[in-house]
Amino acid sequence: MNVTPFVLLELQPVFIWLYQLLEKIGLSGSWLTVASYTGLSLFLFGLLSVVALFLVWWERKISGHIQQRYGPMRNGWHGWYQTIMDGMKLLLKEDIKVVTRDKPVFFWAPIIAFVAAFVAYVVIPFGKGLIVADLNIGILYILAVTTFTVISLFMAGWGSHNKYALLGGMRSAAQVVSYEVPMVVSILTVIVFTGSLSMVDIVNSQSGIFFNWFIFRLPFGPIAFLTYITAATAEANRTPFDIPEAEQELVAGYNVEYSGMKFAMFFLAEFINMFTVAAIATTLFLGGWHGAILPSWLWFLIKTLSIVLLLMLFRWTYPRLRVDQLMEFAWKFLVPLTFANLILASWMKYARWYW
Amino acid sequence: MTSPQVGIVFWIIAFVMLISAFMVVSLKNIFHSALFLILCLFSVAGIYVLLQAEFLAAAQVLIYVGAVAVLMLFAIMLTNNLASKKIRQANRNVLVGFFVSVIFCFITLVLLVKTYVSVWGKLKPQAVLPAQNVLVFGKYLMTKFMLPFEVVSVLLLAALIGAIVLARKERS
Repeated sequence: MNVTPFVLLELQPVFIWLYQLLEKIGLSGSWLTVASYTGLSLFLFGLLSVVALFLVWWERKISGHIQQRYGPMRNGWHGWYQTIMDGMKLLLKEDIKVVTRDKPVFFWAPIIAFVAAFVAYVVIPFGKGLIVADLNIGILYILAVTTFTVISLFMAGWGSHNKYALLGGMRSAAQVVSYEVPMVVSILTVIVFTGSLSMVDIVNSQSGIFFNWFIFRLPFGPIAFLTYITAATAEANRTPFDIPEAEQELVAGYNVEYSGMKFAMFFLAEFINMFTVAAIATTLFLGGWHGAILPSWLWFLIKTLSIVLLLMLFRWTYPRLRVDQLMEFAWKFLVPLTFANLILASWMKYARWYW
Repeated sequence: MTSPQVGIVFWIIAFVMLISAFMVVSLKNIFHSALFLILCLFSVAGIYVLLQAEFLAAAQVLIYVGAVAVLMLFAIMLTNNLASKKIRQANRNVLVGFFVSVIFCFITLVLLVKTYVSVWGKLKPQAVLPAQNVLVFGKYLMTKFMLPFEVVSVLLLAALIGAIVLARKERS
């Protein structure tokens, strides 16, 4: 490993030092495990909340500049703490509840959405040695836990007792069930090559120069990346696949009856989901935290935020697809393409026609 | 593996699982039943994690929660008649059904205890590291259990084609 002036900025030693500090103050055995994981969870929670707040502000700035306006400008430099003010406003607002709502379902939906958005970060490698738990099922774990997002949308749509919300929930289910297939198959293309589901192994198999990144594995790497990004945009319910919350048709879709804190939870969960999608794309296709000179966590952030920027540009430049177009695109174009790509990749792996 | 913490977690999961399974068959609102079914299936995944079968747990959540339960919820939402009605889940055979299930439970219990007594102290856990069990699983699927795997695939394909044939409208 090359010694660079930035090597001191790696974060792994900090966490090791903190762990040893916990050991020094007399914790041991399961208490040490509980304390360290609680600390990590709180750290991740704080970090991701800040990231979500930043992404909301970023999205508003980008949409503004694409539409030839400035976006938020009042609070701080170019409105940088606008989202914090908005969040405080949402916290203080009255929590309006529909009388005819389905009480437990209405109550649990935002909580499940919020939790489901966070749990995927257990297996995402943020940098060198920065991973909460290197599960051997890695990517499969993420695919499993993110299904709870759909269920929360369902519950929100059902519990609101509102036809727009119900339509939004149903649309999201149809969409997610369809786009899960091409997404999983394009992820499988990567797994065929790494031979492991563990996120750490996937990142390590792309080490070295950046031609080792999976996206540069011609010809199937770029195809898998593009199909993944397309399907992931649909999974994150973003334009051009945002029919679950199409504002012009459904008012706001599944979250139309939510207000105050509960709405804020849905909103934050949505932006964290977008960051998750981008983080998975970074880990699988763009070499994860590998990169020259700069510290690893910074590389991870740069790559992930570039993907987020791409998703935001999609949102503000492409028109929304119709429902039937959406289904046709998934089943008649993406699914055959990803399967053909998977077969090609497996064959090339078997014949060792790659570098 | 058999530390007291694992025992506590097991009892919590088992409790949640049984309660939610009971809710599935007793609630009057079919949407709530479906949600409790999801909770029940998720608890089963929790038991798999305790048994260090992470792959099975992930597959359980991915297939049952992510696909089967979501399709159930979808179907409930689409069928307007079921959506807002309170339904009775039991018919007049409820007493007979209760006795049958008690007998079934008893037989299962006897079998379990007998198996447990006969293999007491003889079985040792297979030496597969948790970090490798996906690999081992994949290898077995492609070698020793190739035939069952293929048969299941063909069965699923047949079910898929059958569903399409049934759903397709006849052209006159």
